[in-house]
Amino acid sequence: MNQKTTEAIKELLYKMADDLLIIGHRNSEWTGLGPILEEDISFSSMAQDKIGQAQALYVLLNDLGEQEPDTVAFMRNANQFHNSQLVELPNGEYDFSLVRHFLFDHADQLRFESVANSNYEPLAKVARKVKGELKYHVFHANTWFVKLGSANEESHNRMQAAFNEAWNYALGMFEPSKNEYLLIAEGIFEGEETLQEKWLANITPFIIKAGISIPSSETWNPVYGGRVGKHTKHLSPLVEEMSEVFRYDPTAEW
Amino acid sequence: MYGNAYIDPNDKATAMTAGEDPKKLEEFEARIARGEKIEPMDWMPKEYRKQLVRMIEQHGHSEIIGALPEGTWITRAPGFRRKLALMAKVQDEVGHAQLLYSAAETLGKSREAMINDLITGKSKYSNVFNYPAYTWADACIIAWLIDAGAIINQVANAKGSYGPYCRALDRICTEESFHLKYGHDNVVTLATGTPKQREMVQAALTRWWPPIMHFFGPSDKISNHTEILMRWKVKMATNDDMRQQFLNMYVPKIWDLGLTLPDENLIKNAAGKWEYTEPDWDEFKRVVNGGGPCNAERLAVRRNAEERGRWVREALNTTESKYIVPLA
Repeated sequence: MNQKTTEAIKELLYKMADDLLIIGHRNSEWTGLGPILEEDISFSSMAQDKIGQAQALYVLLNDLGEQEPDTVAFMRNANQFHNSQLVELPNGEYDFSLVRHFLFDHADQLRFESVANSNYEPLAKVARKVKGELKYHVFHANTWFVKLGSANEESHNRMQAAFNEAWNYALGMFEPSKNEYLLIAEGIFEGEETLQEKWLANITPFIIKAGISIPSSETWNPVYGGRVGKHTKHLSPLVEEMSEVFRYDPTAEW
Repeated sequence: MYGNAYIDPNDKATAMTAGEDPKKLEEFEARIARGEKIEPMDWMPKEYRKQLVRMIEQHGHSEIIGALPEGTWITRAPGFRRKLALMAKVQDEVGHAQLLYSAAETLGKSREAMINDLITGKSKYSNVFNYPAYTWADACIIAWLIDAGAIINQVANAKGSYGPYCRALDRICTEESFHLKYGHDNVVTLATGTPKQREMVQAALTRWWPPIMHFFGPSDKISNHTEILMRWKVKMATNDDMRQQFLNMYVPKIWDLGLTLPDENLIKNAAGKWEYTEPDWDEFKRVVNGGGPCNAERLAVRRNAEERGRWVREALNTTESKYIVPLA
């Protein structure tokens, strides 16, 4: 593998891993605070999967010469993260968390399905395992999204408002990456544009079923920047909190 | 964790069985004496039902309130290994609440009613969670020693007489034994780590020792415990016996790590019993009755979570008929 392809793979791994670490962190914030115990447990369970998946990808990065997973996750500053801005936004109420979960997990499922056939075998191997976990995340998201979107007036209005708020950030997940063409050419990853098309096709039936309206396409304005380290004001406090203990004594084993 | 569902039974035996059919009562007690389990649809004295609901509910509440001081450290856990383990642990605790509320529901009180009694302050939860977890080390001490205490209590109660509670406890104890290992591993890591780590774990242990000594409830000397709850196998061991068992199992382990306990009188005497400074039971009562450092905050967080989740529960309870957005 030449140097440029390796860099492109790292770019891909970083954005995937950082998305998972940050959404996992946000999901875990529901622990103890869910609207019903069962949902508390669900979000906690998904959080564990996400963080575990992030770790698996940081291990691949480590194999490509990056630092240890713990160091990469707990010692970087916010502007060194490559997650989409969607995942760093605060949880808000359960409506926003659920809408984000729906939009993110559909995209992530497709991303992992795509790389499960990647010519980069280490990633394909991880993806084949992760796919099995994501199936349940997507199932959970679909069930709740449809139920709350169509249950009663309040739940519908809340879900629609959250959907509108999340939409442009969700489109931002598909921010094109500089070296993506190399990955496409080498059969490593199919690219953001293709992914977005598939994503729209997958989510639309559930959106219709939930009675939610997608904002009209003239108003679409993807929020880009996350992939190149530009973030909302919400990421810095998250990263500081996440690494507070780890950095308290960096020489220590925890 | 977390439940130290001790009972402070001041009721007299005669008052507890007043109005019960003597023959049924005799059969009920004979079944328990034979080691049979009482199941939800079986006849049981009113007081047996009442005490069990109170105890199981209190245990359930302790699980969800206990998720708060530890839960705040999930987002700050140092490193993947600790973060994943702590998430799984706290998730278990919330799962325990779910199991316990289900067990209590078999006795006729709904989960909603129980949670309502929790957030209005009508029913209690384990006193230890009215203290704050200031540092990561506090969360580690909780995971090790509070869970250790809970296991002692729960292993005893799992041999009790009420079937659904015993079965829930069997499962809970299996998970708790992992928590205990997790907590111990954390404390060992800190106690054998850098000077900063040793300092933080010692400070946390010193802070948590009084609540830990309170954990099993008031001394038998001042707790007017009734024979009848022991006979009914609602209560399986006295508060002091459980405290002795805890000290016997864990003090040596704590000392082995080079940590010190803030009680100069703590010693195992020639008869093999632990002697210690009598815990401050006035402080215990004050905290139980709402005067602890975190009582108000814990309930406020829980109330707020219930309030914020209300619309979700209402939406769940709507029938399958679909809400259609009005056209105009």
